[in-house]
Amino acid sequence: MKTTKSYRPLVSILALMMAGSAMANDVRLDLLTDNSPNSLAAANALVNAYMEENPGVRIEVEVRPGGSEGDNIVRSRLATGSMSDLFFYNSGSLLQALNPSRTLVDLSNEPFMDNVLPSFQSVVEANGGIYGVPAEAGMGGGILYNRDIYAELGLEVPTTWDQFMDNNTVIAEAGYAPVIGTFRDTWTSQLFVLADYFNVMQEDPDFHAEFTAGNRTFAESTPALRSFERMQSVHEAGYFNTNYDSAGYEDGLRMLVEGEGAHYPMLTFAISAIVETFGDQVDNVGFFAQPGDSPDANGLTVWMPGSLYINQDSSHIDEAKDFLAFVASTRGCEVIIDEIGASGPFLIEGCGLPDDVPQPVADMLVYFEDPERNAPALEFLSPVKGPSLEQITVEIGSGIRDARSGAELYDRDVRRQARQLGLDGWN
Amino acid sequence: MTLLLRRTASQRVQKAPSIDSFYPFWFYIPAGVVYGLMFLVPTFASFYFSLTHWTLFDQRFIGLDNFREFFAEPFLLRGLINTFIFGFTTSAGKVALGMMLAVLLTSNIYLRSLLRSVIFFPVLVSTIGIGITFTVLMEPHQGVINTALQYMGIQGPRWLTSPSLAIYSVALVEIWRGVGLATLILIAGLVSIPTDYYEAARLDGANAWQQFWRITVPLSRPAVATVITLSLIDGLRTFDLVWAMTRGGPGFSSDVLASVIYKQYQAGFYGLSTAGNVTLFLVIAVVALPIVAYLNREES
Repeated sequence: MKTTKSYRPLVSILALMMAGSAMANDVRLDLLTDNSPNSLAAANALVNAYMEENPGVRIEVEVRPGGSEGDNIVRSRLATGSMSDLFFYNSGSLLQALNPSRTLVDLSNEPFMDNVLPSFQSVVEANGGIYGVPAEAGMGGGILYNRDIYAELGLEVPTTWDQFMDNNTVIAEAGYAPVIGTFRDTWTSQLFVLADYFNVMQEDPDFHAEFTAGNRTFAESTPALRSFERMQSVHEAGYFNTNYDSAGYEDGLRMLVEGEGAHYPMLTFAISAIVETFGDQVDNVGFFAQPGDSPDANGLTVWMPGSLYINQDSSHIDEAKDFLAFVASTRGCEVIIDEIGASGPFLIEGCGLPDDVPQPVADMLVYFEDPERNAPALEFLSPVKGPSLEQITVEIGSGIRDARSGAELYDRDVRRQARQLGLDGWN
Repeated sequence: MTLLLRRTASQRVQKAPSIDSFYPFWFYIPAGVVYGLMFLVPTFASFYFSLTHWTLFDQRFIGLDNFREFFAEPFLLRGLINTFIFGFTTSAGKVALGMMLAVLLTSNIYLRSLLRSVIFFPVLVSTIGIGITFTVLMEPHQGVINTALQYMGIQGPRWLTSPSLAIYSVALVEIWRGVGLATLILIAGLVSIPTDYYEAARLDGANAWQQFWRITVPLSRPAVATVITLSLIDGLRTFDLVWAMTRGGPGFSSDVLASVIYKQYQAGFYGLSTAGNVTLFLVIAVVALPIVAYLNREES
């Protein structure tokens, strides 16, 4: 009895040592992603598929909140040297605030970057380095609509803003909410402005360059101001649902699918969320680009997906690169399609989509087939994006403020952000 | 209490050399280190960072530019006005309602101690939880409050989504949340008033109203002063409830100073938001110190 007891500590130490040596063979990486169902599912699927093929590597997925709260977590963890080896984060203007050349691993010389389409490389570039590989499919910003309502009322997909407003009149008379507003989740209110950028570019192809240099403002540019005026015209016509002020994003999806409302201005990542919650009913939903002034120049404003980056302080940079090579291969996008379905075109060479994509995805892909019919959103062409846009569009959409004063206020917001970024020409 | 502290303070001044001999020097070190690391360093660091352009990755000294930018903030004035509205209405509400409840709960009523605990419960609940709960209750179309009002034939307002009403709705919830603590402090004040005064007043024929205004109110002054001070400071630097309920919205209409600052922080303007915090600290000091001094004046 006594002897057994005295052996016990020794046995447990031995066990610990064995466990320790087993773990020492495994390389352990951490991957930080945001808590949206899509990103989390995609991250877990990629990690599990990779670990199956590479038994020596263990990757732990860590979760953070999204939105600006998440931005702060990412920035502070990078700044304090406590960032995970790999992390998922936006491309475009938000990436620039991470000081990529000092915090992230430059991937421009990696062979797997040849698989990443140039259009994506340009939105993860900073000071000549290229820092990320796309971890999702590309997206469009535009208008999701209820196909049953359109069929019932005999409406056609509008190719000009006037047709869109005419459709809204018919829809309102039939007793449906023409446009779904979900201002409790303030970010959803920005779409009429942000998804209008294709139309701005048709009239002013250099807007983004002049805007970045501080020479053009929203209030003084006719096409850019029109984006705000469109928001105002929908409010003034009374086309928003009655509970636009207190409804949230998820309410909006439900109202769209169940036919309480006809149009929901939104990013197409919502399609995966609809599939997840409503299954096959996703085929009641269609998609069209936000229409502009001319039917001949009708095209889609495109959002680049978020990206996976490697932290410069990671002690396993080579293993992390190997994982990114996997993500940037056709294997990577197959895993994502298996897990969350096809939600848009991939930015990886050779990644096709299955034939049976959901209806709204098929509607969106049409715009990608013709390079003349799509253009990136402003936030992928310029590092300048004012943080208060969502509050301003809520005000315009609720009638608290008119389009011009909203655009002027946004210009002030933009000027402050540009000064904080230390850009030239903003004093 | 304050009197006692002041007396010891003046004694200390006189006997300054000998006080050090009470404890050996090393005895002070732990508290000194904690105080220095946790309070002095961050305070002075924030004064410094408020004068820099700070991205977390690097900082550059820019003098008072952040303060200039902060005072040019379009919604600073709105935020400042809302901060004062919020601070003063919640403080007044907590004192008035707290006093009524304290009088009720010190009287000879049935289940008194149970009722005393119930009034204190909201203080124990997380503010964010309260905020989310009331956001649901105050939902203008299907929320419980407006549905109930509808049964009474009243069309309820858009509590949190009307730009002119939102800040008052949040203030109302803050009063509900904080009145328990106010009541508790006031109860302590009321029970310390000797019953002799009331007996004497009754003999002289004073009615309940006169007793309340001539005895209860003046003699509970220290408790009232404490409640006003605490709730005013709480109200002026309020953030969590506003953020949980309206995020400063709709638009910017219920922004308070702290939410203006938080949004700057969220946008990554770290130097700017630090300058805002230094300003907030000064505003609270400027508003609260004279009030505290005034309320404590007659005590000493």
